[in-house]
Amino acid sequence: MSDVANRVKKIVVEHLGVEESKVVDNASFIDDLGADSLDTVELVMAFEEEFGIEIPDDAAETIQTFGDAVGFISNANA
Amino acid sequence: MRRVVVTGLGLVTPLASGVEESWRRILDGQSGAGKISRFDASHLATDYACEVPHGDGTDGTFNPDDWMAPKDQRKVDTFILYGIAAAAQAVEDAGWTPDDRAELERTGVLIGSGIGGLNSIAETALVLRDRGPRRVSPFFVPGALINLISGQVSIRYGFRGPNHSVVTACSTGAHAIGDAARLIRDDDADVMIAGGAEASISEIGIAGFNACKALSTKRSDDPTKASRPYDVDSDGFVMGEGSGIVVLEEYEHAKARGAKIYAEVIGYGLSGDAYHITAPSEDGDGAERCMRMALKKAGLQPSDIDYINAHGTSTMADKIELGAVERMMGDAADKVTMSSTKSMTGHLLGAAGAIEAIFSILAIRDQVAPPTINLDNPAVETKVDLAPNAKRERKINVALSNSFGFGGTNASVIFRKVD
Repeated sequence: MSDVANRVKKIVVEHLGVEESKVVDNASFIDDLGADSLDTVELVMAFEEEFGIEIPDDAAETIQTFGDAVGFISNANA
Repeated sequence: MRRVVVTGLGLVTPLASGVEESWRRILDGQSGAGKISRFDASHLATDYACEVPHGDGTDGTFNPDDWMAPKDQRKVDTFILYGIAAAAQAVEDAGWTPDDRAELERTGVLIGSGIGGLNSIAETALVLRDRGPRRVSPFFVPGALINLISGQVSIRYGFRGPNHSVVTACSTGAHAIGDAARLIRDDDADVMIAGGAEASISEIGIAGFNACKALSTKRSDDPTKASRPYDVDSDGFVMGEGSGIVVLEEYEHAKARGAKIYAEVIGYGLSGDAYHITAPSEDGDGAERCMRMALKKAGLQPSDIDYINAHGTSTMADKIELGAVERMMGDAADKVTMSSTKSMTGHLLGAAGAIEAIFSILAIRDQVAPPTINLDNPAVETKVDLAPNAKRERKINVALSNSFGFGGTNASVIFRKVD
């Protein structure tokens, strides 16, 4: 797993209080990992903080799964 | 008329987390005061307070993880955490966790706070200034709002009845219990979870009350001696924190399910001083009218009152309250015991009235009045027994709890033993 993926996973586990094994590529934050809409806002803030990037609101809406987050951040960092 | 009884209790206090352990330490005359441990207070005029003892949950310590998942603790101010913990204790004590939709719709929540998420507001203001609006947490607002204990408790248990809150400074806890009892009496609910919570021991909280000249400042060498109502050396209140929550229930409802009944809520009085934003009216008129209203509602005579849990904050206001009590009690003044448990807990502001209502209820249960500690050299001459430095075992059928708050807001609640 990439460095980005590991760091994203750590944030997700910490913020949502879920088992690491549940944080897989197609795991939806809301449907599979127990997040509500406010949790997802906070997750995006945490990603911005961790990676020093800005994720605009319309882009944030497309980040539904762990895989989406890793993909977006990898591209933003590239 | 629908009668209202108390069927569950929950406490998080500077003495301990838990009703029985807090009460044991209160009867033992222990102080919950110490140097402030949660932040560096060395630059403040007051560097001591009555903090809830955090720990692993053993020996009366408060373990946040026992009451809320760590991921959710981050989303709420500490006053909400304390409120949820005390509410969970009270609900468990009452054994009231129905599944039935109709029962859930007849169960409400009315929990207040005097100040609410003060520290969250202060910290978020710094985030806003230093790092900009995009770094403000989505949980800031719902984590700081005063009515969010009521909201959180309703969500946790599914209680769908009246969901309400009170904000009347240091009278909050008493008003919450009195108002909740009225909701039951008026047939808006059969069960109400009611009380108050506070967590203002923070840099801005201490600085703010210091600026009002309300806090004790002279006992840094021995904080346990700082809260000393009615004593010549009292020099202000000591800030406390925590929560007190009761389960109130309609009498027939409680009897029908075989609930344990601690006491009946028989009187509730409210008044306003219309005098000053922080100081009580010097003639004690507001306090006296408040107590008299509660007595009238209870259909009692002053001589029926056995125990008064005083507002007694360890300030100049103590004498004013005592004067009002003496006038109200009249010839029966030498029959009543009045103590200030704030001598041990400090002043829990919006939670004070709630924890003191619980101490009044336990005084009825155990037929013992808690002491006023640190009362070494009385600044008052009175016929009223202030239970100086030792609990008083005595007959207690009726107990009255007083709370008075900034803005000149007064509340008195009367409880009676149920045979």
